Amino acid sequence: MVGIRVLMLNKPSLVGEGEELRGAELMTMSREQLAVQRARRSFQTGRTRPLHFRIQQLRRLQNFIKERQKDIKDALQRDLGKSERASELYEILVVEAELHLSITRLAEWAAPRPVEKNLFTLSDEVYVKPEPLGVVLIIGPWNYPWSLTLLPLVGAIAAGNAAILKPSEISSNSSKVIEELLPLYLDKDLYQVVEGGVPEAQELLKQRFDHIFYTGSTAVGKLVMEAAARHLTPVTLELGGKSPCFIDKNCDVGIACRRITWAKLINCGQTCIAPDFILCEPSVLNRVVEEIKKCIKEFYADSTKTSDDYGRIINQRQFKRIMGLMEGCTIAFGGDADEARGYIGPTVLKNVTGESKVMQEEIFGPLLPIITVNGVDEAIQFINEREKPLVLYVFSHDNKLIKKVIAETSSGALVANDCVVHFLDSALPFGGVGHSGMGRYRGRHTFDQLSNLRSCMIKQLRMEGLNSMRYPPHTAKKLSWARCFLLSHLNVQRLRNMVMLAMLASLAAFVVQRFLR
Amino acid sequence: MERQLFQRAKEAFLSGRARPLEFRLQQLHALQRMITEKETEISTALKQDFNRSQYDTPLLELIGIENEIKLAIEKLAQWAAPRPVEKNLLTISDEVYIQPEPLGVVLIIGAWNYPWALTLLPLVGAIAAGNAAVVKPSELSECSSLLLRALLPCYLDKDLYPVVMGGVSETQQLLRLRFDHIFYTGGSTAGKQVMEAAARHLTPVTLELGGKSPCYIDKNCDVRMACRRITWGKFVNCGQTCIAPDYILCEPCIQGRVVECIRQTLLEFYGADPKCSPDYGRIINQRHFNRIMSLMDGYTPVVGGQSDSSQCYIAPTVLKDVPPYSRLMQEEIFGPVLPIVTVSDMDDAINFINEREKPLALYIFCSDKKAIKRMIEETTSGGVTVNDVMMHYTLSSLPFGGVGQSGMGCYHGKHTFDQLSHHRACLIRSLNMESVNRARYPPQDRRRARRARMALKSPLIDTSKRTLVWAVIATILGIGLFITLMVILLIAAGLNCTCWYWRGFYN
Repeated sequence: MVGIRVLMLNKPSLVGEGEELRGAELMTMSREQLAVQRARRSFQTGRTRPLHFRIQQLRRLQNFIKERQKDIKDALQRDLGKSERASELYEILVVEAELHLSITRLAEWAAPRPVEKNLFTLSDEVYVKPEPLGVVLIIGPWNYPWSLTLLPLVGAIAAGNAAILKPSEISSNSSKVIEELLPLYLDKDLYQVVEGGVPEAQELLKQRFDHIFYTGSTAVGKLVMEAAARHLTPVTLELGGKSPCFIDKNCDVGIACRRITWAKLINCGQTCIAPDFILCEPSVLNRVVEEIKKCIKEFYADSTKTSDDYGRIINQRQFKRIMGLMEGCTIAFGGDADEARGYIGPTVLKNVTGESKVMQEEIFGPLLPIITVNGVDEAIQFINEREKPLVLYVFSHDNKLIKKVIAETSSGALVANDCVVHFLDSALPFGGVGHSGMGRYRGRHTFDQLSNLRSCMIKQLRMEGLNSMRYPPHTAKKLSWARCFLLSHLNVQRLRNMVMLAMLASLAAFVVQRFLR
Repeated sequence: MERQLFQRAKEAFLSGRARPLEFRLQQLHALQRMITEKETEISTALKQDFNRSQYDTPLLELIGIENEIKLAIEKLAQWAAPRPVEKNLLTISDEVYIQPEPLGVVLIIGAWNYPWALTLLPLVGAIAAGNAAVVKPSELSECSSLLLRALLPCYLDKDLYPVVMGGVSETQQLLRLRFDHIFYTGGSTAGKQVMEAAARHLTPVTLELGGKSPCYIDKNCDVRMACRRITWGKFVNCGQTCIAPDYILCEPCIQGRVVECIRQTLLEFYGADPKCSPDYGRIINQRHFNRIMSLMDGYTPVVGGQSDSSQCYIAPTVLKDVPPYSRLMQEEIFGPVLPIVTVSDMDDAINFINEREKPLALYIFCSDKKAIKRMIEETTSGGVTVNDVMMHYTLSSLPFGGVGQSGMGCYHGKHTFDQLSHHRACLIRSLNMESVNRARYPPQDRRRARRARMALKSPLIDTSKRTLVWAVIATILGIGLFITLMVILLIAAGLNCTCWYWRGFYN
């Protein structure tokens, strides 16, 4: 019988000397429970705290990506029909860049961050110390099963946490590869992969984590947050929505359409930040359609069906869903499909209104509806009547118009004159607002999101006289002193700069004076 | 009724009038006036609620609020301005920044122990961030809530910042509505319910909860001074402070001294009979009085222990040798009862703390820097103050908040503004330089892939003005030093070429 000492952290009232779990009890614990227990015990040994351990794990992750590129690309080809180049560009490179950034900047991110002091704390050490949270649950999506599952993992490792990865079962090949190969590179106890579908995910969500990082749909996001609420677990939800794309009639429509078409057709439209629908004035509608047609020809030669660079729909259910969205609209071009191969050709829809079926849910496919509006004001109104999107795209030469859109709308992010690329600058926080999500990540933001930023104030056991203002018995005089001290707004930083400048000036004056003598 | 007020606030927000900075500043100024003009009324209300002394009110609540308002007014333009970020090769010629934006309608649920500070501090941040806010003060601090409901509409915009009164059922009604952020201060159990309700609308939350904040006294520190500070922190507001030191951990050899020092300090602060001291507060109501009294069941206090149910008075009480797994150690005390639990050394104390839920605050009294650093390293909490209590709350540049069961999110100063804003990533490109983009378009080939790889892997560069200025200064200084070095070396090498210059100079 194997006994395991377990610290029952979930129930402080039962904290004892450490209860021995008999084998039989172990059998009643689910696989998910065991995984979390193992990760938590490993975390509690304190192994992840030293920076060199975290960097070592990040380097091993780097090796994993480098050595197993072929496995990764094969899995993506089977899951989503992603070409080698597309896999490299949109999945592998991003993770490599993030790993490189984390390794080079980790010392800076994890160091105590001094803050501005006031008169009372001048002689104290005051700083914010980033600390690991504990065990993080990362639930990955199926559309970018590698980057969107590994990017949060990079941040979790960098922040010193343990992590349980739950890759999406829909991208089953990638999920299998992650589960088989990741434990060969990373610490087996600290970073575990739990494969499975909805029941496994639900079982995981019953466990207590220190943070849950979920990428997926709005509906499931609500369930994740509800489950997290039971344990008061903070969450980062990277959800979706319909990302509008406004094309100003006075801009270079050709270039605009090229960028939009590229962004829309990456991964066959299955990108959370793909431009979901276009808003433009009726006068440019035909030009937009023509330009998109031209771009598709340029990108995919004659046939998207045979081109290596054009992806596939992930499964039958999604295929049927997307095909159903075309109801009630006119197909400007495209519309061809092959159910057996999961292929839907790039399709542009017109005569679309706000009430059309295609406008009721996030498309997540290669359909591009165009809705006509009379000018930017109507476009802003259209956007504001709907849920806040994950990203808003504006194409215009007019800076004033762009600033107007920024001021009068809200969205997770805004990109002017391009699409999707804001994800690639890791200094920009990536995340949604409202139904498109909460929290943000990428680069240092993931590190901060998955850390406890602990305020530390280190005082001395002297200068007690200063404290007498706050002690009873209270008098009016003490209070007036307290008011004087506390309400004096001293910009310590500016004062310090001025003192240094004064010293420098006097030194310079002294030197000049000596020299002139 | 709640729904109506909420709708009005939402419409007022959508009209856009809360957005301009001038409006926000005007509202903040009005709030400041309210605090200064109505200080007496506020003090009276607090005295009625729990016998708060007229000096404690400004000290503990009003000065803090005034400070926050002043800070917000002074720094609003800076906080609300676009914040440039580092660029990489891909975005080097673009405008890349984070634009803080209002979220919409924020729900602020206040607490009863500091009914003004804990309700108005988040409100200051909400106003500064350009949001509308529905304020729901706690029904337990009745007089303060009624006063707030009467005063706020006289100073602030009536539609944007309504006050909703009521108890549990009114709060539940509010929680059914769709807010853009919920800011809750209170207990962990209710915190879970708030978050569950928020999950239905995917509303982000800030939860300022509680817990048992441990206070470790090292045997080698100045015990007397430590006890003075702890006594102040524990018994202010009659122990009803979320960051009050909940219990003491110390070695058995100093336990006696700790008790003596606390006893002496209590005498100094509140006199022989704290009941008669104008500075000693009362428990908020019978229910909490009974709760705290029942926690003391079965223990003989070494200091205090007296109580008077008619006044909800509990004397400052200290209990020693409390068993670690007793009922007293299972829930947050939130009262003037201070248990002392003995531990064998600092490691034992660290284990003790780590076996329990992550606290809102951790207090360490120790003079050994290394030991302090070790204790901070090996534990976790929302905040830490070393050699004092509660002071990390008073510095607005420090983010104040909990972790785990003690809460999520943080606030104070700029952090409230950031918490109640949406940080929108903005990337403004131009429609030229299309050739640079060719690498990303299909059909993909090796050459294009290589170019894309180079762009994506490029390092982040800080292109802000400040860095530029420093870079220029550093370059000039560097070149200057280099030239000086060369000149010195040349002179030292005895070369005459420079001598004529100096000869001429001296002649």
